[in-house]
Amino acid sequence: MIWIIHTLNGVSLGMLLFLLAAGLSLIYGLMKILNLTHGSYYLVGAYIGSTVIEKTGSFALALIVAPLAVALLGVAMERFFLRRFHLDELPQTLLTFGFLFIIADLCLWIWGGDAILLPKPALFSTSIAIGGNFYPTYRLLLIVVGFAVAGVLWWFQEHTRIGAMLRAGVDDAETARALGIDVSLLFTVVFAVGAFLAALGGVLGGPIIGASPGADFDVMLLAFVVVIVGGLGSLRGALVGGLLVGLLDNFGKIFFPEFALFTIFVPMAIILSFRPTGLFGRA
Amino acid sequence: MRRLLLPWALAAIVFVALPYIVPDYYVGLVTKMLIFALFAMSLDLMIGYVGLASLGHAAFFGLGGYTVGLLGLKAHVSEWIALPAGVLVATLGGVLFAFLALRARGSYFLMITLALAQVVWGIAFGWRTLTGGDDGLPGIKRPTFFISLADQTAFYYFVVLLVGLSAIALTMIVRSPFGLALLGIRESETRMRALGFNVWRHQFVAFVFAAAFAGLAGALFVYQNKFVNPAFLHVVMSAEALIMVILGGVGTLLGPAIGAGLIIFLEDFISSQTQRWLLILGIIYVVTTLFAPRGLIGLYRDFVARRSKP
Repeated sequence: MIWIIHTLNGVSLGMLLFLLAAGLSLIYGLMKILNLTHGSYYLVGAYIGSTVIEKTGSFALALIVAPLAVALLGVAMERFFLRRFHLDELPQTLLTFGFLFIIADLCLWIWGGDAILLPKPALFSTSIAIGGNFYPTYRLLLIVVGFAVAGVLWWFQEHTRIGAMLRAGVDDAETARALGIDVSLLFTVVFAVGAFLAALGGVLGGPIIGASPGADFDVMLLAFVVVIVGGLGSLRGALVGGLLVGLLDNFGKIFFPEFALFTIFVPMAIILSFRPTGLFGRA
Repeated sequence: MRRLLLPWALAAIVFVALPYIVPDYYVGLVTKMLIFALFAMSLDLMIGYVGLASLGHAAFFGLGGYTVGLLGLKAHVSEWIALPAGVLVATLGGVLFAFLALRARGSYFLMITLALAQVVWGIAFGWRTLTGGDDGLPGIKRPTFFISLADQTAFYYFVVLLVGLSAIALTMIVRSPFGLALLGIRESETRMRALGFNVWRHQFVAFVFAAAFAGLAGALFVYQNKFVNPAFLHVVMSAEALIMVILGGVGTLLGPAIGAGLIIFLEDFISSQTQRWLLILGIIYVVTTLFAPRGLIGLYRDFVARRSKP
C-alpha cells in the first residue's frame, strides 16, 4: 500500500508544478516570452507568505496577500520592461534573467540565507489513515486545490469573454488586435494571472518544499520541464505535464536517489524526440 | 592592412609585458579574464554567427573542467592526455546536446539547452562518490607542459598562448566559407535551404565547435583554480556567458571577449567592496538590454559613425 502514498505524493507535487507551469505556459503562448523570473515569483510568494503568517498567524490571509503582491510585481515587469521588446526573445531572456538575479539577491537580503518551511494551516495539519498508512491531509488539500484551480482556469478560458479573447490572442495575436481585441490589456492580465498562480504555488508549496536561496532556480527548472513535456501555450499540457513530472520526480528519488533528475530528463528527451513541441503544443 | 595590424601588435606587447608590470594578483585576474573571453567567444560563435542562443553553454565548460579534474585526481593520467580528453568530452557533449536541441528553435531551443545543462549539473551534484557532490574536487594540480605551470606567471603565458590560438582559430572559422554560410543561416534559414545548403549540418558543426572551445576554457579554468565544483556548470555560469556576449556585442568575437573581461573585472572589484554582486549583475543585465542592446562594440560604432558625419 506504500505505492498509494508515493503516488499521492507525486500527484500533490504535480499539482504545485501545474500552478507554476500554467502561468509560464500561458505567458509564452500569448507573448512568446520565456519568463525566467517565474521561479522567483514562487520564491517571493513563499517568503511573503511566511512573513504574513508570522505577523498575523493566518494562512488564509497569506494565500491572498502574497499572490496579489507578486501579481503586481509581474505587471510592473511586463508594463515597464518586457513590453518594449515584444517578440524579441534574446533581450526578453536577458531581462528576465536580470530580474531573477535582482530578486534572488533582494530575497537573500530581506529574508536571510536559511531555508524556511511555512507552517501548515491548523485545519490541515493532521493525518488520516489510507490503506494502513497515515497520510497528511495537507497534501490531499493540495491535490484538491490544484484540480479546482485547473477547473476554474479551464472554465475561464472556455466560457468567458476574456477567455475567448485569450484563445484568439494565443492563436494569432495580430489578427486578434485587428479585430479590435485589446491585446495589450490581455498581456498584462495574463502576466498578472501567471505571477499570481506561481506565488499561490509558493505559499501552498511552502509547508512542503519551503523557501530557500536557490529554490527559485530549482522550481523554475521543473516548471520548464513541465511545459516542454506538456507543450507551451496549453493549459491541458501544463496539467498533464505537471502530473507526469511530479510522479516521475517522486518515484525517481525512490529508485535512483543519486540520479533523481535523470528520471525527469530522460523521458523529456524521449518525448521531445517524437514530439518536439511537447505533448499538447502546436508548432 | 598596416592600420589593422598595429592595435594587435600593441595588444600582444601588453599581454607579454603584463607580468612585469602588475602584481601577481592581477596576473591571476587577467588569466581569468582571458579564460572567460574564450568561453564567451565560443558562445558568440552560436549566438552571433548562427543565431542559436543557448542557455546551457556552461555544461561544456564544466564537462571540460570535470574531465581534467577527474582524470588528474582519480586516474592519475598525464596532463598530455587529460587536457585533450577534456576538450574531447566537451565535444562529445556538444554532439549529444546538438542532436537533441537542434530539433527546436527560439524559445524551445533556449529551454531545452537549459534543461539539458541542468542534467549535467544534476549528475555533478548528485553523484557524490565520483564528483564529490556539492563540495566538488579540490586538490587538482596545475599541469606541466615541458615546464611546470604551477607558477602564476608561467600559467598566465600558457593561457595567453592557448586563448590566442583559439581566438585565431575562431576568427578563421567565421571568415571561412563555412562561417559565411552560418551568417546566411542566421539571417534566413529557409533561403539558405533553398540555395542548397544543409542548414542542420552547419548548425550542428557550429554547435560542436562552440562546445569544444567552451570545454577548453573550462579545463583551463579548473587548472587555474585547482578545483572544480557544480557551480562551474550551473545555469548562472551559462547566463554570465550570455551577458558577456551581449554586453560586448553579438557577432563580433572581439566584443564578447571585451565583455568577458569587463564582467570578470567588475565581479572582482564589486565583490571586494560589497556583498551585493548578484544584485549589481542583475542590474547590468537590465541596463545593457535597455540601453546597449548591440553591446559596447555597437555603442562604439554608433559613436564613430556620428563623429564621421559632417
